[in-house]
Amino acid sequence: MDDLERLELFEETVLPHLDAAYNLARWLAGNDHDAQDVAQEASLRAFKFFGSFRGENPQAWLLTIVRNTFYTWLRKNRPPEKTVGIDDETLDIEDVSVNAQAVNPPFADADAVRRAIADLPLEFREIVILREMEGFSYKEIAELAAVPIGTVMSRLARARKLLQKSLAAAFNPGDQP
Amino acid sequence: MNCQQAKSLIDPYADGELDAAGIPELEKHIHDCPTCALAWRNLQSLKKTLRQDALYFTAPAELRQRIKSELPSPRRAVPQRPAWNWSWLTTAMSGAFAVCLAMLLLVTQTHPSREQQFAQEIVSSHVRSLMAGHLMDVVSTDKHTVKPWFNGKLDFSPPVEDLAAEGFPLTGGRLDYLGGRSVAALVFQRHKHIINLFVWPAKEADSKPTSVKPSQGYHLIHWSEAGMAFWAVSDLNEKELVEFVQDFAMGKTVSP
Repeated sequence: MDDLERLELFEETVLPHLDAAYNLARWLAGNDHDAQDVAQEASLRAFKFFGSFRGENPQAWLLTIVRNTFYTWLRKNRPPEKTVGIDDETLDIEDVSVNAQAVNPPFADADAVRRAIADLPLEFREIVILREMEGFSYKEIAELAAVPIGTVMSRLARARKLLQKSLAAAFNPGDQP
Repeated sequence: MNCQQAKSLIDPYADGELDAAGIPELEKHIHDCPTCALAWRNLQSLKKTLRQDALYFTAPAELRQRIKSELPSPRRAVPQRPAWNWSWLTTAMSGAFAVCLAMLLLVTQTHPSREQQFAQEIVSSHVRSLMAGHLMDVVSTDKHTVKPWFNGKLDFSPPVEDLAAEGFPLTGGRLDYLGGRSVAALVFQRHKHIINLFVWPAKEADSKPTSVKPSQGYHLIHWSEAGMAFWAVSDLNEKELVEFVQDFAMGKTVSP
């Protein structure tokens, strides 16, 4: 493959997923400026290593690079976030989904939903984004985030409980002390 | 099944990850148990909440621009082609060639290859629709505008559904040409991904949605129902395209 073919193939197969790359970076980094830096660096790294891309899913491949780029960037630029014990089952999250008296309508206030997602621990947040916004399967997420499928499932279930709890609080502020 | 077991299965079920064998028992439990039924509906509601377009950050144009400018550009070494060039003819001829080949293969009854050839033609049509700035002839999110638009332009009336509530808003329709006939192309969107759904009458038996091997990074699903052939194509991941197809089939059965 010559350079022109390589560039064209990259533009056709990988660059169409730039929105997904930016979306993931934006949710992980929390602001536009850092997200653009991460997404740009990841895209250029993807091009550099494009020769080694053999998979059938260019989107998953690009997002794996975005995720790795982000965590490298995070170690350099920010003090470590508290991640201790997030998979500890003794950390009890109240399950409001079964306590609610009525069915919650789909939550329309995008700002409140954004805050609820942003408040999730990173390890939970990335799995919610990959599952609900990008539609990856558990297996794909496990490969992408380099964790066992069981961990994907427990983090997703716990993330959903946390989201339901904070959305219930935002929706019915009077109900929460 | 008790509530504890059901609770651990509700998430995988909602994500389409539960073994087919486990589904009837869980559905029965949800049907019989008001508490789990509520948890199930609340989970559906949360999933819908998280899928609203407003939450998805699309890449800013300046980012796209900066990445392009950082990539090497061997293209500059290639002399600029005039705007009117022969490449469209090459594309058209390769399309025509694919059709001839497909017909030839149809005669010799080599079904999988015919399907692959046809998939290739569908992908080409999808890519052309994105490149040429000719995605839609009728731009509307209203199925009652899109459906009548095809009247008099086609010798059949395609089923049209708006799946905005499911996260796949209808954005319009277009006439297209596939396998030697005029077909309807319905255009849907998922975030920034475009889905083309090609529809035409076909004398084939009803068939369940089947995924075809991805081509050039595009996923394809085809099925036939009530005398119509359907091909959905998109750069969306396969799982979401499957969801789209299910929602479309579902929409047809519940709406008038």
